[in-house]
Amino acid sequence: MSGTDILRVNALKVHFDVGRAPGGGRKIVHAVDGVDFTVRRGSSFGIVGESGSGKSTIAQAIMRLVPITDGSVYLQEHQISGLEGQSLRDVRGKFQMVFQDPFSSLNPRKKARAAIREPLDLLDIGEARGRDGVAEDMLTAVGLHREAGRLFPHQFSGGQRQRLCIARALASRPELIVCDEPVSALDVAIQAQILNLLRQLQADMGLSYVFISHDLAVVQYICDDVAVMYLGEFVETAPAKSLFASAKHPYTWSLMSAALSPENERGTLAKRPLLGGEPPSPTAPPPGCRFAARCPFATDRCRAEKPALRGFGGGHKVACHYAGELEPPLPELKAA
Amino acid sequence: MMKSDPMTDTLPPQAEVAPPPAAKPDHPMRETMKIFLRNKSAAGGLILLLAILFATVFGPSMYGVDPLEMVWVPLSPPGDGTPLGTDYIGRDILAGVLVGGRVTLIVGAVSAIMTIVIGILVGAFAGFFGGRTDVALMKFTEFFQVLPSLLLAMVLVTIFAPSLFTIILAIGIVGWAQVARLTRAEFMRIGNLEYVKAARAAGAGNAYLMFRVILPGSLPPIIVASALVTGSSILFEAGLSFLGLGDPNQLTWGLIIGQNQNYLLDAWWTVTCPGVAIFLTVLAISLIGDGINDALNPRARKRA
Repeated sequence: MSGTDILRVNALKVHFDVGRAPGGGRKIVHAVDGVDFTVRRGSSFGIVGESGSGKSTIAQAIMRLVPITDGSVYLQEHQISGLEGQSLRDVRGKFQMVFQDPFSSLNPRKKARAAIREPLDLLDIGEARGRDGVAEDMLTAVGLHREAGRLFPHQFSGGQRQRLCIARALASRPELIVCDEPVSALDVAIQAQILNLLRQLQADMGLSYVFISHDLAVVQYICDDVAVMYLGEFVETAPAKSLFASAKHPYTWSLMSAALSPENERGTLAKRPLLGGEPPSPTAPPPGCRFAARCPFATDRCRAEKPALRGFGGGHKVACHYAGELEPPLPELKAA
Repeated sequence: MMKSDPMTDTLPPQAEVAPPPAAKPDHPMRETMKIFLRNKSAAGGLILLLAILFATVFGPSMYGVDPLEMVWVPLSPPGDGTPLGTDYIGRDILAGVLVGGRVTLIVGAVSAIMTIVIGILVGAFAGFFGGRTDVALMKFTEFFQVLPSLLLAMVLVTIFAPSLFTIILAIGIVGWAQVARLTRAEFMRIGNLEYVKAARAAGAGNAYLMFRVILPGSLPPIIVASALVTGSSILFEAGLSFLGLGDPNQLTWGLIIGQNQNYLLDAWWTVTCPGVAIFLTVLAISLIGDGINDALNPRARKRA
């Protein structure tokens, strides 16, 4: 692990046992099925994918909120996937999380200041007497008034509540913050403010982010590296510039064409490779490429043989047998 | 739903922002108390309960009549020599009701506390840990739920010989199952909310999550259930005493009713007076329970 990496995730698997399968055996949901990535210090690593692709599970696995089935997670020199109890608590201050829903992620019975100092109290960071002051500093850092600490969460708006959540995540002076769709529950105007705040905090404090989203525009705005996730696996990972300039996986194209603004005529819109149908069940993933059933370019090889991530230079990796050979179906998606 | 004052939402993140609304929020306990007292039925219930407590604590010495002493003609009606009449051996009913309230209320309160503590513990562990712990604890709970509770209490009291302690034990053992189910359901609901995950990510251990994060959130329905449990504990004690399974050395409302049941038609005051005392006590406790529920629920707070 090189010195500039803050987080390294190796072959991470998270499977959930959801009961007996018909005809014996157990029903296992393969929520995350072997993903590798590293986050460079001070950078943002984005994970995009549709609902159910397992991106939030990755976030919760890194935070040790769900049990890790296999693989390892290193934060600097700490193997956080192997820690338990007190030894896990000792490093918890270094990695914190911002949740998706600012309404359910704040305890309605705790005033803002108490919510922000909770990690400090639980992890016993700093002098007990100084913690209210730290909490107030955090409030100002996220653009709220110091005195706002006296209010209950229900006295704040959605955007303000997300600022509180960010302040709480910052309180223990973490080096990595895992953001699980931090803006998707907010109005578009407020989204921009929160994203700007996150970027500013990153610049000021040298934070690293794992940033989970289903919104490509958000990811493009904030991330340095991006992984596209489908059914528990990464299908394409690349530096953000490279991904948005020359995506190579058909699934990435479909996400992008869905996100393009509807400025073209209806005729072109109709031809866009928007996906139909649902992803296959994560309890019984297909043997070949997991995207084959919905891919317009799928061949017999795709259905039989699982593609591995292949490098295309500059850190751009794609898990598709025909990556680089296929032409994007839309002119907007063609490499510049 | 939201405060109209936008502290930041119209401003860029770096901007210095206006102070929050000047209205300083009260200390949460005091605010809860205020809302509670503003609720007329809750305040009425509280006054009624305080009056009953006052009467049972200070009443006997103020009235000064021995409830076990034969003081007047048996079965004489109210006003005819004694304020609330006499029972079948000429004991003063008012003195009996005043003194009997002490034991009745103590039994009700202690057995309710026992019920609630057992119920919360069982429900908390089942709801928090889930899986096998949950299955095992819930089977155990169901076992107590399907047994007819009065019958079980009667059996327990007869086996262990009626005394105050066995009666409290019996009422506690038969009543906790419902509280456990309620607590479990609340723990499962709140345990899945993101703020519990956030607390875990912030370094909270299981005990902290259970009793400092989830339990306070689950309290409103548990408090209401507790009020009902206290009421039903009092009724239970009265029922056992009525059936002759009370502690014969302790005068309670149920015991007075039980001893005079044969004279129900000839001397209504002998059973009605302690009966009304039970009714008013249970009513007062229920009103208070409802009032606490309204005052503790932050969403109901907004509507108020």
